[in-house]
Amino acid sequence: MSHTMSEKILRKSSKNYDAEAGDIVMANIDVAMTHDLTGPLSVQSFEKIGTKKVWDNSKIVIPFDHQVPADSIDSANNHIIMRKFVKEQEIENFYDVNAGVCHQILPEMGHVVPGEVIVGTDSHTCTHGALGAFATGIGSTDMAMVFSEGQLWFKIPETNRFNITGKLKENVYAKDVILNIIGQMGADGSTYKSCEFAGDTVSNMNISDRMVLSNMAIEMGGKTGLIEPDQKTIDYVEKRSNKSYEIFKTDLDAPSLELIDIDVSNLEPQIACPHNVDNVKPVSEVDIEIDQVFLGSCTNGRIDDLRDAAKILKGNKIAKGTRMLVIPASREVYEKALDENLIKIFVEAGALVSAPCCGPCLGGHTGLIGPGEVSLSTSNRNFKGRQGSPEGEVYLSSAAVAAASAITGRISLPQS
Amino acid sequence: MKGKAWKFGNDIDTDIIIPGRYLIYTDEKTLAEHCMEGLDPEFNKKVKKGDFIVGGTNFGCGSSREHAPIALKGAGIVAVIAESFARIFYRNATNLGLPLLEAPGISEVISNGEEIKVDLEKGIISSESGKEYEFKKLPPFMLEILENGGLIEYLKNKRG
Repeated sequence: MSHTMSEKILRKSSKNYDAEAGDIVMANIDVAMTHDLTGPLSVQSFEKIGTKKVWDNSKIVIPFDHQVPADSIDSANNHIIMRKFVKEQEIENFYDVNAGVCHQILPEMGHVVPGEVIVGTDSHTCTHGALGAFATGIGSTDMAMVFSEGQLWFKIPETNRFNITGKLKENVYAKDVILNIIGQMGADGSTYKSCEFAGDTVSNMNISDRMVLSNMAIEMGGKTGLIEPDQKTIDYVEKRSNKSYEIFKTDLDAPSLELIDIDVSNLEPQIACPHNVDNVKPVSEVDIEIDQVFLGSCTNGRIDDLRDAAKILKGNKIAKGTRMLVIPASREVYEKALDENLIKIFVEAGALVSAPCCGPCLGGHTGLIGPGEVSLSTSNRNFKGRQGSPEGEVYLSSAAVAAASAITGRISLPQS
Repeated sequence: MKGKAWKFGNDIDTDIIIPGRYLIYTDEKTLAEHCMEGLDPEFNKKVKKGDFIVGGTNFGCGSSREHAPIALKGAGIVAVIAESFARIFYRNATNLGLPLLEAPGISEVISNGEEIKVDLEKGIISSESGKEYEFKKLPPFMLEILENGGLIEYLKNKRG
């Protein structure tokens, strides 16, 4: 019988080798991640269960990233709750305020390897599917169960496999590919399903670009966003992790598989317009004045994104009346950007560069927009009120479009 | 269960249900004060204990924040009825004891502001205007989780 990656991973982790898509299994969890914002609720629920010790203190990862450094007494209190939990439960993998965004830290620090089941109290946990792990977002009560038992039930999902082919044109990036796919599928086009990204376009992408695809699977309802591991994956993982791993691939004749062909050879830069991620248009059709540009987040705050933006910004100034915020996704990304003199380019162009954190992405910490303001962001969501005022507007694009637009003060295509 | 129906459209996301800037709070009362405020800043004042939300497709899409079902419960909402739900929200709400009823076509049956009655065991929604809608009943274990007020209470009661 043929099976998908999701089926194979969940069969292995539940030791139920008869199970297939549609069946409910109890899976053993390999990595459980919670952060400073959804962590306190997870800890509260864990304490309510009454279990004294977590199931495995080496498999829990806790990064602080949403409210760092603490911007209020309430967030400082949340940090205190989490630090206390880390100490009491002797959590081995704790990253305080100086590390970066959870979905960047987990792969960078070697916590993600192919074939694992990874859960996180953050919907963009699906990012780790880029390394061939079944990774998905869960709530705090489910996380409390995981802390206690090390297991969680899953319905094995059916799969939407996107077979992406064609060479990307100049100034077209992974972000444009995924925005285009979400625009075609709709915000609930893959709900309850596992998304898989395959095809020669994906094979040609580096790990960073693949993470962009997997990261946004949730924006069409996907339970995870898997990519079959190849030599690039192995090179990335072996450099960073000493955990053993297992590579699973999808059988193309698996009954639970739906194949969707996407040709990107003529794709233009894309932009998601307010207030839904599936409201996608070519950048060339949108001409709007912008107040703020945000370059960062778990979607596009990696070194590749910073390089793409710096190339465009070098020697230019950010338009008068527009402000730009640059937030590297992690300390490692920040250090590389310093070494490569990218930070200098951003500062000289007039941008504000901040320490690694989620920034304005979720509108809870820094760089919020006011009523009537327009933000162009490289992050993943443009819901009403997402980056501050519900009367503000958020557009989503690649790092290159963000940089080009910062110079003109309007949504603009990068010049060839 | 009997109460007023508050109707909303498609793709009601978790940032609408509770915006990101309030996630530093975990208590039901504070979260309830800001529930749905992006669409209706007065919602928390107008909604009464025992009311329902009737949503379109993909209700609860977006983040995994459990603050969203907590805010709805705190505001007095006793069940959300929608054409369809997003996956993580569905799990979270059930885990916290907030019933979610998947009811394709419900938007055409219920008008905004009308009184409705919901019978979870029989699987029937009836409206003031005399219309009836039969929904797929929840499985017994899920009803039991909801009756206990959520997954943790359910487990604790089971363990004795």
